[in-house]
Amino acid sequence: MTLSKEEMAQLVARDIEPGSFVNLGIGQPTMVADHLTSGAGVVLHTENGMLNMGPAAKPGEEDLDLTNAGKEPVTELPGAAYFHHADSFAMMRGGHLDVCVLGAFQVSAAGDLANWHTGAEDAIPAVGGAMDLATGARSVFVMMGLFAKDGSPKLVPECTYPLTGIGCVDRVYTEHAVFEITAEGVVVRETFGTTYDELTERLDVPLRAKSSGW
Amino acid sequence: MTRAVFVDDVDEAVADVADGSTVLIGGFGPAGMPYELIDALIRQGASDLTVVNNNAGNADTGLAHLLAKGRVRKVICSFPRQKDSWVFDGLYRDGKLELELVPQGNLAERMRAAGAGIGAFFCPTSVGTPLAKGKETREIEGRTYVLEYPIHGDVALIKAHRSDRMGNLVYRKTARNFGPVMATAAATVVVQVGEVVEIGELDPEAVVTPSIYVDRVVRVGDSVRGTT
Repeated sequence: MTLSKEEMAQLVARDIEPGSFVNLGIGQPTMVADHLTSGAGVVLHTENGMLNMGPAAKPGEEDLDLTNAGKEPVTELPGAAYFHHADSFAMMRGGHLDVCVLGAFQVSAAGDLANWHTGAEDAIPAVGGAMDLATGARSVFVMMGLFAKDGSPKLVPECTYPLTGIGCVDRVYTEHAVFEITAEGVVVRETFGTTYDELTERLDVPLRAKSSGW
Repeated sequence: MTRAVFVDDVDEAVADVADGSTVLIGGFGPAGMPYELIDALIRQGASDLTVVNNNAGNADTGLAHLLAKGRVRKVICSFPRQKDSWVFDGLYRDGKLELELVPQGNLAERMRAAGAGIGAFFCPTSVGTPLAKGKETREIEGRTYVLEYPIHGDVALIKAHRSDRMGNLVYRKTARNFGPVMATAAATVVVQVGEVVEIGELDPEAVVTPSIYVDRVVRVGDSVRGTT
């Protein structure tokens, strides 16, 4: 069986080391928060100036001065800290953040990331903190569907969409498999409802099996 | 004698904003957006403005209202596209607004540089991307960096939670966002606050923006569009 989005989020959460400082991108990565156990002591960073962000605010308890990167009302956990934007981005750009989890349009075999712009001429470009996160976080995890709506793979030899960062992605979580981007190439860590051989047929990227020993 | 002048109303606070100014406007979406100062700037009438904000306005109020009035020539921001950014979207598509898209960390750091007297800085964000096109790069100890220049404001309009009579500021939760950095980066810094307290009432250890950066303070009471 391929993984549901919920199961993907669960898998990412399980792979985050206890005590990590983590930034979860807008959209699907946000779901990872629901699967982090409080005992793991993972501290969530939000780019708009907060550490130890809590879950979404309950209806009726929203505070317009307390929002996440998606401008949704959230809560603070004990031990939270607020800081201004230059400090918030120094945490990313200075390499203090352990992990960020981002969505993507494409990831290349070399770990290049495209996730901010489709390149369409009439699209209004918006980058936000994506480039800073991709470039600055110590580990960059991507969560995405392995194939686009038209069936084309999103793990590609070279990105065709405008880049967010070069060589920055460490791991890609998809419904079919988890891929590690390593100096020796793309390694298939585990598969779901498919096989390593099927993946090598469907993707244009040279793959290595985790078990092949490298 | 303090640098900060306490004015009675928002109109007086923005009375001298000149046409063609670069205006730094605080806020991350609605959180920290100085709505009352923006409304006053609209009444004041300054035009041909360059506006620096993380976004490019939400719905029809605040920054979006300023854009809709045709007072803005150029927006410098990181994330103009929002589910309710129809005012910006329309003007941009009609070619009536210039956009300089800046990665959010560069936006903050370029203003920090302006406030700290830094002439330019090398930064790894955007290397190899379209946003680094045409910019000088340098390899330093094996890593490639892009040269980025400061963003100086003529005026900053920001929202803080509380000011003392010196002009020392504290903010509230994530409404702090760009306020402290913008307060360092503009020639004239105008702050709207929810409350003014006497000197000595703010814990000096907890002051976020020291009064040296603050030129004008206006109390707006409880903002209808958010807590203050």
